[in-house]
Amino acid sequence: MMIDRRLVEYFDWWMLFLTLMACGIGLVALYSAVHAGADNPLSGLFVRQLVWYGAGLFAMVIAFLISYKAYERWALLIYLVCIGMLVAVLLFGKYVGGSKRWLALGPVSIQPSEMVKLAVIILLSKYYARIVKAEGIRLQELIVPVIITAIPFVLIVRQPDLGTSMLVALVAASITMYVKIERRTFIGLIVTGILAVPLVWSVLKGYQKQRILTFLDPERDPLGAGYHIIQSKIAIGSGMLTGKGFLKGSQNTLDFLPEHHTDFIFSVLAEEWGFLGAIIMLLVFLLIIIWGLLIAQRCRDPFGTILAVGVTAMIAWQVVINTGMVMGLLPVVGVTLPLISYGGSSVITMLAGIGLLLNISMRRFMFEK
Amino acid sequence: MRNYLESIDSEWFNRRMVGVFVLVLIAFAVLVTRLLYLQVLEGKEFRRLSEINSIRLQDIDAPRGLILDSANNILVDNRPSFDLYIVLKDAKPVEKTLAKVAALLDEPVDQLQARLKGAKKQGAYAPLLIKADIGRDTLAGIEVHKFELPGVEVHVVPRRHYIFEAHAAHLLGYMGEISQDELLSSPYADCKSGDSIGKFGMEKAYEGFLRGKRGGRQVEVNANGQVVRILNTVDALPGQNIVLTIDHAVQSRAEELLQGRVGAAVAIDPNSGRILAMASSPTFDPNMFVVGLTHDQWSGLVSNPYRPLENKAIQAEYPPASTYKIVTALAGLEEGVINAHTSYYCPGFYRFGNRSYRCWKKSGHGDVQFAKALAQSCDVYFYQVGEALGVDRLAKYAHQLGLGTATGINLDRESKGLIPTAEWKLRRFGVPWQKGETLSIAIGQGFDLVTPLQMAVFAATIGNGGIRYKPYMVQEIRSIDDQISFVANPEVMTRMNLKPGTIPLVHEALWEVVNDPRGTAYLSRFKDLAFSGKTGTAQVVGRPSEGDGKQEGAAPKDHAWFVCYAPSENPKIAVAVIIEHGEHGSSAAAPVAREMVRVYLNLPPDAVTEKIEKEKQERLASIESAAPETVGDEEE
Repeated sequence: MMIDRRLVEYFDWWMLFLTLMACGIGLVALYSAVHAGADNPLSGLFVRQLVWYGAGLFAMVIAFLISYKAYERWALLIYLVCIGMLVAVLLFGKYVGGSKRWLALGPVSIQPSEMVKLAVIILLSKYYARIVKAEGIRLQELIVPVIITAIPFVLIVRQPDLGTSMLVALVAASITMYVKIERRTFIGLIVTGILAVPLVWSVLKGYQKQRILTFLDPERDPLGAGYHIIQSKIAIGSGMLTGKGFLKGSQNTLDFLPEHHTDFIFSVLAEEWGFLGAIIMLLVFLLIIIWGLLIAQRCRDPFGTILAVGVTAMIAWQVVINTGMVMGLLPVVGVTLPLISYGGSSVITMLAGIGLLLNISMRRFMFEK
Repeated sequence: MRNYLESIDSEWFNRRMVGVFVLVLIAFAVLVTRLLYLQVLEGKEFRRLSEINSIRLQDIDAPRGLILDSANNILVDNRPSFDLYIVLKDAKPVEKTLAKVAALLDEPVDQLQARLKGAKKQGAYAPLLIKADIGRDTLAGIEVHKFELPGVEVHVVPRRHYIFEAHAAHLLGYMGEISQDELLSSPYADCKSGDSIGKFGMEKAYEGFLRGKRGGRQVEVNANGQVVRILNTVDALPGQNIVLTIDHAVQSRAEELLQGRVGAAVAIDPNSGRILAMASSPTFDPNMFVVGLTHDQWSGLVSNPYRPLENKAIQAEYPPASTYKIVTALAGLEEGVINAHTSYYCPGFYRFGNRSYRCWKKSGHGDVQFAKALAQSCDVYFYQVGEALGVDRLAKYAHQLGLGTATGINLDRESKGLIPTAEWKLRRFGVPWQKGETLSIAIGQGFDLVTPLQMAVFAATIGNGGIRYKPYMVQEIRSIDDQISFVANPEVMTRMNLKPGTIPLVHEALWEVVNDPRGTAYLSRFKDLAFSGKTGTAQVVGRPSEGDGKQEGAAPKDHAWFVCYAPSENPKIAVAVIIEHGEHGSSAAAPVAREMVRVYLNLPPDAVTEKIEKEKQERLASIESAAPETVGDEEE
């Protein structure tokens, strides 16, 4: 492929800068999380996360070098490969803590449920780009997107990983809402949904209802999720305006926080850096999201526009759900904080997503008149 | 593309984007508001809570289910016990506090410190165990000095209590700390490291019912680590109570008479298969396992040559000896090899090939017919019945009577025993069956091996006329609020299809064993009630695995067997007793069985009972002068 001079000219340095800032904040928070206590068994994770960032940046470069129009062409293949990996997880996955989420590939384990989010976004964008119209999508045109979403959704629920499967559904729904649904179809769907709730509820077994109620209201499980949320709120609140200082978070170092290097890493950050630290992190994310939406807006190609909206929606939902959860606003689900939480699959998926945004941004001239 | 620009332009997309921007801004405004609330508005309060790390979780242990006998007497319950814990972060200054605790426990400080160092660290505020099961006196001392002992906690822990100590120990089983392997296995998914679980007997077999479900509470503590407020409680779900089929009185009687001996006794109901008693001797006190055995206690138990931890009623295998003649007799009658009037001459030996097989009665029984042969246990008679039947036909009846296969009782480590067939020997040793070997197995020697439980089932099956029930020990399982979750149902394993004349003939001969003056168990009879049985004397020589019981120099004595059912008509109880090296079934085993029958049928003690009691006293006195016998009695 010929390198066009304009590709360099149009490169989106602001997006790259914001992304690297988020990664930097993530490293600081992770350093605190894994250095809790004297000889913490997690301390090796910091170095591993550096490796993941390296791999993620590589994925990002791949994602923006190849024109995103190529991804549109290969959308179905990418999707099928990811679905194949999800099936493999259910068949040969590693059992960790009661669920099968990881697939061992030589020395590393990957979480295909992370990658599948991007695959769904790409395939849905391709489909919607062809049928988008001013009056909105009709009911029969929603059958294909529902199938595209339902397959990974069911496979991830089976692991079981409720958080990730709901995220896939949320992102798919966001894209669909963005391209607009025909008014009467939309109203019909809402009414059907409301009517279906009591029906589904009556079919569920007692323990399943319990699980859903606990999910919605952690207070019902005071020895598990409810306890974690209280400790997380204490950690965040005790940070006050300026925080307790780097490596001085007592909730963190004394092991009161669960999963403090993954799902609850925001609590570690907020405890040690206070309101100022937390607000800086939220601001960086807000800028990334706004920048992503601006990229979508400036793009003149429907596939690029919808793809950029989808990737940005994925980032936005994860930020809002994760921070909302650790602050006790939302149910406790295993959703990572993009670019901050420890984890290879999560980091690589996020940076690859950012790579797609950069890709769309730098190729916007292709459609300028 | 042009098409797209015509139908919807980027203006259309831009208009839709406005809504998206608004939604994102609202979401972030909510997040920032929440952050302000937590960190700025409520920040001081959360800072206070974090400084004393005041919100903690405490476990509420589920009381383990009780175990009761068939008359609802409690055999196993839980007693409150007190464990002393310390939270090092709260116990400031630690050195001083530990010194005080050590003084109250009357133990050197460095010993305490060593123990705490050894304890696994699970987080800075996790309480570490100082001492389990402190007595009430120590507890009183701790409570008085409570305010000088920051960070010291007393946890009330229900502990297993075996009310009658060694009573039915093998059957009830014992508890122990959960192992790493067990922690990872699914039946123990809700257990934590350090938990006590059933390791043997009923405690293990019914662990899932007995355990219940642990609860817990969220509490707020003050700077000394003492609870000031309970925030939230999840109640524990108590374990279920298990009602056994065991008759406490019969079980106790068996154990009394087995004292000082090595052996086992099993009683079952011939009309259902429920086990009325199952005793194994020597025994142990399961209370020892509750707090954990010391090294000496453990090595004492495992190095004891009489294997007190083994449940001999189901784990030990013995040759059935003459009791097996019932099988040979039954097979002979059924296969038409003999009838009531078949008679053989017994000169005191039987020549087969170039070998001479001896009868236990050297002078011989003379002319013997069926009933006399069984009642007086004539070996020569049954050599010839066995020879005529052959090994495989004999095995067929033995199997139908439940020998050579596990009874299927719900207890760990049950042995199968062994009933040989020609095919088995070829497979096992690669050599064909020898006819002479059939002679040995026809009188219950040679390869034949059975467990005491199998023999009790066998006696019950003969007694009730050929219906073999699966033995069981749990009558009922019910929750704490008396919801019944399980009720036992008798299960027929085999219904033997016998000729009408066979059972009455066998019954008559077994009646003679006890009630005819020449019968081998005549001394154990009752005046007013007829029961039926069969003695056996198992030769010990030639069993290389045996030999623990040998006394220096002297040849090992034979094992004594007695199987019986009572009353002779419509029996209500069937018993099997083995006394290792008891010499004669008639003198060692039969008295134990008859006393179990007497207690179960509510007969008054008689002259025979008195004689048995006297013999028991003499035996125990002679043992006491030699060496201590029962293991575990030195505890506490």
